[in-house]
Amino acid sequence: MSEEIEGTKTTEETVVNDQNEMDDKVISPEKVEEAKLKARYPNLGHKPGGSDLLRKRLTKGQKYFDSGDYNMAKAKVKNKQLPAATSEKSGGGEITGDHIPTPQDLPQRKPSLVASKLAG
Amino acid sequence: MAGVAGGNDFQWCFSQVKGAIDEDVAEADIISTVEFNHSGELLATGDKGGRVVIFQHEQECKNRPNLRGEYNVYSTFQSHEPEFDYLKSLEIEEKINKIRWLPQQNSAHFLLSTNDKTIKLWKIGERDKRAEGYNLKDEDGRLRDPFRITSLRVPVLMPMDLMVEASPRRVFANAHTYHINSISVNSDHQTYLSADDLRINLWHLEITDRSFNIVDIKPANMEELTEVITAAECHPNQCNVFVYSSSKGTIRLCDMRTAALCDRHTKFFEEPEDPSSRSFFSEIISSISDVKFSHSGRYMMTRDYLSVKVWDLNMENRPVETYQVHEYLRSKLCSLYENDCIFDKFECCWNGSDSAIMTGSYNNFFRMFDRNTRKDITLEASRESSKPRATLKPRKVSTGGKRKKDEISVDSLDFNKKILHTAWHPKENVIAVAATNNLYTFQDKIN
Repeated sequence: MSEEIEGTKTTEETVVNDQNEMDDKVISPEKVEEAKLKARYPNLGHKPGGSDLLRKRLTKGQKYFDSGDYNMAKAKVKNKQLPAATSEKSGGGEITGDHIPTPQDLPQRKPSLVASKLAG
Repeated sequence: MAGVAGGNDFQWCFSQVKGAIDEDVAEADIISTVEFNHSGELLATGDKGGRVVIFQHEQECKNRPNLRGEYNVYSTFQSHEPEFDYLKSLEIEEKINKIRWLPQQNSAHFLLSTNDKTIKLWKIGERDKRAEGYNLKDEDGRLRDPFRITSLRVPVLMPMDLMVEASPRRVFANAHTYHINSISVNSDHQTYLSADDLRINLWHLEITDRSFNIVDIKPANMEELTEVITAAECHPNQCNVFVYSSSKGTIRLCDMRTAALCDRHTKFFEEPEDPSSRSFFSEIISSISDVKFSHSGRYMMTRDYLSVKVWDLNMENRPVETYQVHEYLRSKLCSLYENDCIFDKFECCWNGSDSAIMTGSYNNFFRMFDRNTRKDITLEASRESSKPRATLKPRKVSTGGKRKKDEISVDSLDFNKKILHTAWHPKENVIAVAATNNLYTFQDKIN
């Protein structure tokens, strides 16, 4: 007897649960979007706002190279320009600074000498 | 001041547009801040190239009393220049993040402009007289041979063409490790605050080599970082009170009389969230991008990604009013996260009487809400509706399946046309809207 009752209860619960899930999907477009995102990027961290995002925000503008590499790359460029430079020096040695921006690769950081077009 | 939307006798019409028309927008020309001064006579803009342009309201035409005057260029100068911090390998952008005017105390105008690291106080003064008849130099400036001078004369002040000069009077540097997001002039007219992601400093306008740190939320261990400061503002008439908002959607009100370091807030404003509706995006879209006190000082307004909320300073547990800016974007959050638009920082502003609020959206749309009638309107800043004194037609985004004739569907919205910065004249129904590299001004139609 009690089992029957429990059986009935479980069915009802299941029905109610299904209703809630349906309501969830209907009411919360955010959760739908979240599912979409997780499907595209399964490795996405589970921390929502997350300190990762915040720390990325704090380090905006970082070029990720240090002055040592910068100067080495600058020196390598100078060596290439000297006619006496041997091939071993410039080509054969270990290339450390190669993926790191050289002075030529860095975009020009000049101030805007042109007046604003709003003032035109 | 009249209501802003829906009223039979109130309509917005186009006034002016400034900036280049061509499709190719140079990064430097993107407007990054817009601000009226306290009288509304001057309108300042800052851009990504570090330049400031100030417009002045011309006197209204006496023959045409129905027309409000136009804003014409008054002064322009290079406020900030790009820098490179070699010690930290950090590129410092010259982009002007904020401009704030000081209340006018004499004939000159003063404003504070800031980039990520340095705040500058600029004086904009007029010169309309010139001394003529110097003894030791010619009119063109060449020095005269002193032995040839046989008589003395007194130089006379003669009128000259108006010259507007901008000069930097103070440079407030080296006080922020992180990126400055806000500056706010205090009602005492002597101090101002500057806020970066983790700290808020209090400065005296006359003193550049010292500032007081009044808020510091940097954790001892950066791994424990959970929120950053997103905006801060001084109370409009209580010089001891200021607020700051966070990336978690909370606002803290601090009273500087309680302690030198205001790490413990006096009031904490947060709207309770339904835990069952929490998603990956919840915290990101709750991040407050702007906070503004009402002119009265009784209320404050916050802007998060999808809505604008008005808070009564006497009630911390929920806002008194919530306005949906573009709720239809809630079902687009996945793609908005992928293209980074979800991190766009929209600003908001009050009208002079605090009866209406305005904020921007995408597709060059901007929204206005009338707090009394609860009516809202969506308008567009576009070259197409830029005929002189043309009335702006309300725009509508269709959310359902069926798109009505004049409506635009959510998928057709241009997310590159963002209106992040808007400003409302402190006394009149005149608004300035920055649409990427163009500055639009609109005014009400006087019937």
